Amino acid sequence: MQVLGTNIDPRSEEYQTNRAAMEDKLAEFEALMQLARQGGGEKYIERHRKRGKLLARERIELLIDQDSAFLELSTLAAWGTDKNLGANVVTGIGVIEGVECAILAHDPTSQAGSMNRYSVSKTLRIMDIARENRLPLMNLVESGGADLPDQAEVFVVGGKWFRNLTRLSKMGIPTVAIVFGNSTAGGAYFPAMCDYAVMVKERAKVFLGGPPLVKMATGEESTDEELGGAEMHSKISGLSDYFARDEHEAIRMGRDIVSHLNWRKQGYGPTKAADEPVHQIDEILGVIPADLRVPFDMREILARTVDGSRFEEYKAVYGTSLLSGWASVHGFPIGVLANQQGVLFSEEAQKATEFIQLCNRYDTPILFIHNTTGYMVGKDYEQRGIIKDGAKMVNAVANSEVPHIALMAGVSYGAGNYGMSGRSYEPRFVFGYPNHKVAVMGPKQLAGVMSIIARQAAEARGEPFDEAADAANRAEIEAQIESEETAYFSTGRVRDDGLIDPRDTRNVLGIALSAIHSGPVEGTDRFGVFRM
Amino acid sequence: MAISKILVANRGEIARRVFRTCREMGISSVALYSDPDAGEPHSREADEAVRLPGAKPADTYLNIPAILQAASDSGADALHPGYGFLAENAVFAQAVIEAGLIWIGPPPRAINVMGSKIESKSLMRRAGVPVVPSIELAGLSAPKSAALSLGFPVVVKASAGGGGKGMRVVADSDELNDSIEAARREAVGAFGDGTVFLEKYLASPRHVEIQVFADNHGNVVSLFERECSIQRRHQKIIEESPSPGIDDSLRREMGEAAVAAARTVDYVGAGTVEFLVEDTNFYFLEMNTRLQVEHPVTEMVTGLDLVRLQIEVAEGAPLSPHALRPTTTGHAIEARLYAEDPHNDFLPVSGHIHRFGFEPREGLRIDSGVEDGSNVSVHYDPMLAKIIAYAPSRAEAVASLASALRSAHVHGSTTNRDLLVRVLESRDFVDGNTDTSFLDHHDITALSAPLLDHDEETRAAIAVALADRSLRRAGAVVQKTVPPGWRNSPSQAQRSVYRGPTGEHQIDYITNEGEIHVLGVPPLQIQLASPDLVEIATEDHSYRFEVARYGGIRYADSLSGSARFELLPRFPETAGHEDRGSLHAPMPGKVIRVDVAVGDSVAVGQPLVVLEAMKMEHTLKAPHAGLVTAVACGPDDQVEADEVLVIVVDDQTAPLPRSDIVSA
Repeated sequence: MQVLGTNIDPRSEEYQTNRAAMEDKLAEFEALMQLARQGGGEKYIERHRKRGKLLARERIELLIDQDSAFLELSTLAAWGTDKNLGANVVTGIGVIEGVECAILAHDPTSQAGSMNRYSVSKTLRIMDIARENRLPLMNLVESGGADLPDQAEVFVVGGKWFRNLTRLSKMGIPTVAIVFGNSTAGGAYFPAMCDYAVMVKERAKVFLGGPPLVKMATGEESTDEELGGAEMHSKISGLSDYFARDEHEAIRMGRDIVSHLNWRKQGYGPTKAADEPVHQIDEILGVIPADLRVPFDMREILARTVDGSRFEEYKAVYGTSLLSGWASVHGFPIGVLANQQGVLFSEEAQKATEFIQLCNRYDTPILFIHNTTGYMVGKDYEQRGIIKDGAKMVNAVANSEVPHIALMAGVSYGAGNYGMSGRSYEPRFVFGYPNHKVAVMGPKQLAGVMSIIARQAAEARGEPFDEAADAANRAEIEAQIESEETAYFSTGRVRDDGLIDPRDTRNVLGIALSAIHSGPVEGTDRFGVFRM
Repeated sequence: MAISKILVANRGEIARRVFRTCREMGISSVALYSDPDAGEPHSREADEAVRLPGAKPADTYLNIPAILQAASDSGADALHPGYGFLAENAVFAQAVIEAGLIWIGPPPRAINVMGSKIESKSLMRRAGVPVVPSIELAGLSAPKSAALSLGFPVVVKASAGGGGKGMRVVADSDELNDSIEAARREAVGAFGDGTVFLEKYLASPRHVEIQVFADNHGNVVSLFERECSIQRRHQKIIEESPSPGIDDSLRREMGEAAVAAARTVDYVGAGTVEFLVEDTNFYFLEMNTRLQVEHPVTEMVTGLDLVRLQIEVAEGAPLSPHALRPTTTGHAIEARLYAEDPHNDFLPVSGHIHRFGFEPREGLRIDSGVEDGSNVSVHYDPMLAKIIAYAPSRAEAVASLASALRSAHVHGSTTNRDLLVRVLESRDFVDGNTDTSFLDHHDITALSAPLLDHDEETRAAIAVALADRSLRRAGAVVQKTVPPGWRNSPSQAQRSVYRGPTGEHQIDYITNEGEIHVLGVPPLQIQLASPDLVEIATEDHSYRFEVARYGGIRYADSLSGSARFELLPRFPETAGHEDRGSLHAPMPGKVIRVDVAVGDSVAVGQPLVVLEAMKMEHTLKAPHAGLVTAVACGPDDQVEADEVLVIVVDDQTAPLPRSDIVSA
């Protein structure tokens, strides 16, 4: 297979400018990640520690194998909202006793680990990841329950937890709850709906109603321990399967449970040599232009991501605005579709349709690297059937059954987002660089379109067009879209699985692909009816 | 009379040593091995091996009939006794000769004469060999003038004595009479004989011995001296040649005296005449009528093979021209590596040797009785090996030996290695200030302190942690090529805890962009971290550790020394809450029997209470060793399920230290 060359010159002004811009972005990103890891902040961390408890991330570190990797997901959930950054839960993929697991840990230092709308999104998302990729789900439970002021956004949607847990169980995907503290009312179903429940002595508290509520309801006097202590559930109710004397023992029991699952992955990979790229990974920071209106060569990203920088290009001189071809990451074969010039023309759409079918034929997962402004518009293109070709591509993407991963590397506007297997097309994972943008179209275009429509409406009514008001309106719309199209806005609403440092691309994809291979990796030859 | 097959009536390194020369001379060899020695190196290296059933020396290597039978069965025509065991047993030597075998040793008469301290001394005195001056006190009226003629200090000794009883060191004449009386009383009490004598007291003499060799043709030569002053509990541990404490003229005088001593008893073969040396005076101590443990030192400086000479002499040949005109070049020094615990009064340590190896180096000779996988038996001498370094100068030889010991791979047993190195590197030793009281005048605790200081031990623990990290990664079943400990959102360090010689080491490290950062120590560059080899560097030094593991035990060997670590579990056993000691009734039933009472110590698994329930007898056993602190039931009591019946407090329940993880 051909080894990609590079046209990057790290001494060039262009590279230096790009790199400086990306480093600024990353500094901001790192500061936010740091903030998210602080959970509820020093004061609450201190209080939690004083109680002899481990932090959420400490629990995860002990749960996973020593020196194994952990891919944390959606770290910046709830960004830009009045909720704590991270949404009071930590989720990710880790290796326990050699088994890749989906892990969810409440962060009790952050708003008592309570569940707001973003926490719910993050929780449901990790459950989806567990289901789609066939990963055992480990729940490290210690939550104050629903964030009551947010109940309207939590209650109805949140009911899916219970359903998800038992449906995972039905699918043979193990679910484990390790209860470190509060897990009351709705939360009580967490251990109950899981295959395995571990409870920590004198810490776990699992009941439908606490002493005050019981007193109100029936007049009965009771204590926390009687209603829902670990000892009671372990010795009397039987809700707890493992009685842990402290947090360390509980975590060890969690590991033991995974160890006895006799877990076997169903994917076929890795099957290829997993050598490092031949080009400096670090140079990836200078690849993406500071100004996203300038297209960039996706081969430069691949040259710093895929095994041995090897890439076999498909239809190299046809539909050149979309790069397609085969490579592997950490030994896992992938097909790649990446936007070279932003716009998708008919040729690109047809090329993508064929490529997706080929990948399905040979069970090859597909990596979509987004930098698209959408399908081409204009008389000529409409008449030549750009809609039909776009529909072919969407048809192929929507019905493709090999796993997809979407990487948001630049902009992702319009139906291009759909054609490139954006979030609504249920790729197994969506990761984005901190500079990426996603919207129905660019802010200037959108504001311009709105202005033209307003002008036409005024003309139709025979009214004079208020230029000053229009300018103000355009500026306002532009500002709104600019704030809504950012990577942070998107990741804050859990519309991706997290933002990543571009230098981590290779490892993030490797872990994601390895997790994907926990389940079967199979394509299909059944698609919708293609318009010809 | 050519020898064709030699049976070696010994074990361990000396048996191997003799086999080596046999092989070189084309002579067949026969090994003897006791049951614990089955499979040990010496049992495998001869052409034949004969089992001596049993373990105790009396049943095996001291069992004369069994040994003679083995010689006869194997068709050996000669017997080499090695050293120790029966080497200086004249009765055995005679029996060997009478059995028609060639005895590779001195004539039994010489063994006999030299075996008696009193007889040998008077014989030597008559032959003009200097012995420690002494004066009989029986009937002596003026002990003071006698003492003055010896020169103070003097020592009063019981004639029938031994073991220091009835012995008094007298510094000046004022104390003399009182001391004599006290010694007499003690001697009467201890031996029933109050005869005492005065002897010149040598406070801190050197121990210098002369290797002699004699053939049946009237040739007796001195093969120069060995200094063996460094002794612990009268056991030599470091020996060298030449001695740093004697000059050529003294060497010549002593050599001549030794040759005279040998001639006096019509000696044949290899022998050693031991002297005490103070200033330029030397005094006969005793003659060892065998090949000495420390003979390699002489071999290294003279270039002679003493075992070959023994065999040739036993065959009746005259000493070789080289032996008759011996020369000495360079300096050789030997250290005896023992499986013993210097921190516990040098008590021998038995057990399994996982690994035994030395880095090859110029001039280094290892005469070892063990190898990887050997067992050190409680029944025999715990010497593992003799390490001999040869170099042009004493300073070089000493440095080379110290360095070889520091970098040795000795896994599985506590040894005196650290002590040997510290002695070799001590100022006094390097300066040649060695005498037999060396270890009495130096702090044993300090001398046997671990070679690695705290910082070095910490570095070794870091090396172990990094090696273990590599091993874990090598054993990964998924994400094998993803960098170790990779995080997209790093928050905690990876942690391993090891217990080393001086305490616990908690090693925290993070991996960032392929680089390992060990927290809490000055910056280290990790140059290599494979499961068994780690190279780390500080600003101005680089260090290399070989890491080996045996279950939860780790050894980190470096050029500066080795440290043994115990990997502490990631999830320490949860400290016993009251549950741990309480025994609950598993179901409702009737107590049939209570076997323990409050205050009893119980062993793990010991039956405590027998309960009858559902027509079955259930025995409640102690879950761990400990003390019974409560018995809450008696015979015929009806008990409910889960009722506490007995509480056994574990005396091991002291919670293991658990340090909480801190943010990176």
